[in-house]
Amino acid sequence: QDIDDVGHKYHLELVLEDILDKDSTVNCTAEVLYHLGNNNIAPDVQVTLEGELKNTDEADNIFYHRIKSLEKELVAENIPDSYGNVLPEMEPIHLLAWVASGYVIWQNSTENTKFQLAQIKHVKQVKRSDEYLEFDYMILLHEMVSQEIIPWQMTVLWHPQHGVQVTRDSRQPKHASE
Amino acid sequence: TSNMKLILIFSALFGASLCLETFVGHQVLRIKTRNEEEVKQLQLLESLEHLELDFWINPSSAALPVDVRIPANNVQAVKAFLESHGIQYSILIEDLQAVLDKEKEDMAYSQQKERSSSSFNYGTYHSLDSIYAELDHLASEYSNIVSKIQIGESYEKRPLYVLKFSTGGNNRPAIWMDAGIHSREWVTQASAIWMAKKIASDYGKDPSITSLLNKMDIFLLTVTNPDGYVFTHTTNRMWRKTRSRNPGSVCVGVDPNRNWDAGFGGPGASSNPCSDSYRGPHANSEVEVKSVVNFIKNHGNIRAFLTLHSYSQLLMYPYGYKCTEPADYAELDALGRAAASSIQSLYGTTFTVGSICTTIYQASGGSIDWSYDYGIKYSFAFELRDTGRYGFLLPASQIIPTAEETWLGLKKIMEHVRDNPY
Repeated sequence: QDIDDVGHKYHLELVLEDILDKDSTVNCTAEVLYHLGNNNIAPDVQVTLEGELKNTDEADNIFYHRIKSLEKELVAENIPDSYGNVLPEMEPIHLLAWVASGYVIWQNSTENTKFQLAQIKHVKQVKRSDEYLEFDYMILLHEMVSQEIIPWQMTVLWHPQHGVQVTRDSRQPKHASE
Repeated sequence: TSNMKLILIFSALFGASLCLETFVGHQVLRIKTRNEEEVKQLQLLESLEHLELDFWINPSSAALPVDVRIPANNVQAVKAFLESHGIQYSILIEDLQAVLDKEKEDMAYSQQKERSSSSFNYGTYHSLDSIYAELDHLASEYSNIVSKIQIGESYEKRPLYVLKFSTGGNNRPAIWMDAGIHSREWVTQASAIWMAKKIASDYGKDPSITSLLNKMDIFLLTVTNPDGYVFTHTTNRMWRKTRSRNPGSVCVGVDPNRNWDAGFGGPGASSNPCSDSYRGPHANSEVEVKSVVNFIKNHGNIRAFLTLHSYSQLLMYPYGYKCTEPADYAELDALGRAAASSIQSLYGTTFTVGSICTTIYQASGGSIDWSYDYGIKYSFAFELRDTGRYGFLLPASQIIPTAEETWLGLKKIMEHVRDNPY
């Protein structure tokens, strides 16, 4: 739908599928408005869920307490590795990056981009005195149209009851050594 | 007190701790703590750095075992300590060096075995050397129908090897297949070598392949961009392009799938050497591309051009450089849909069918646009698994399922080519 002087609006019907349980699906509808001309504004998104998302409290709490009780801050690299492997204990870190990168992707999308999270190059936990978990990620985003791999830094906060927040993110320069 | 005894025992050993280069005599113990007190004793042990204890599982709670590697000369003292405190343990590894030596032996043996027999693991990703060794092995094991041809050299002088599948004749109509033109798309090289094995071993058993090879030849280039492939193993897993030097730029490489002589210089390719879709200084500037073009032109009887990429699960026909339909649109679209249907029949994997321009984006200088305009009607480009969950980093466990389902789609197309000579 072309809206004169405003932009292009898309009406979408989607099916959400639970990665961890393929049979669990939820229908939803969305409206996405790409603003005319200005590529610095993220598209407007309205989503309506026609159903409920599964409750993940138990798994969330197990992960939360595991990380909270680590003596040394968590550090990891290359998730997945070159061969597609993700260690089971790193899977929640991977999923958290997936969610957080969704926010970064949304903020940087236009009608001419298609981003995917390609890999977590590096992740480091940052100890906090409050109840939140904080992770400093360096991720690689794959942009389909240009085929570029774009390094991106993002600082992610998470808490089982308060959800995910990206408090800081910035595009990084590609290495000249490549 | 027991702690005093502890400090006495171990400070006596302090001077005796050696810095060992090997793991001869090192033991790995599994310690089963029964209460918090025992955990505390182990944490005390952990703090004595001169013992050079290497905890594989650290003491943290009484619920979990503690695994620790102990240098040879400290083994007896640690055991004495544990026994004097009534802490239970068992010996996981008596002599770590022996285990390491055996592992090295096993690896060398299985590498040797791979070299001498057909135990190449198709369900894992391989180095270039390993793939090249398997090409030789297939050509030798199935020498009645498989031969290896070198069609050129890469920029860094690596050979470009094509497997020819033929039951004879003289310059029979042939099908061309290539994989790995973009080096980071690892599932394509891996699938291609699986398909090579499949074609060779199915001849004489599978009626479809048998009748196909009785009439036509198949040429398979499993690694189109070997320089890039090696680079993804040694330096940058996400490398896409060739590794050619660009004069006047610090940036290396050309996108080999923007370098073909089809709408070259048009939209959908970059003129910036630092871009991952850099088209190159001119069409066919990349030796990898030129070698394929030369081979196809010299052969003169190629009837289908099929190229493998990843990821996105797409099955596409021309054009990419322009958004107008090819003359054979109806036939190619129908054939594409039939192939996608075959692919889906195995594991439910869905492929989207369409022209490059309408399915992904406008892109000039692409291989199937060149082959189609050159006169090879059946030109298709596949984008294999997945749709982005792992993307280029597809787990090895998906190699064989991907190869199997893709093979069904390719076979559908090849059967049509066989039955519709032109």
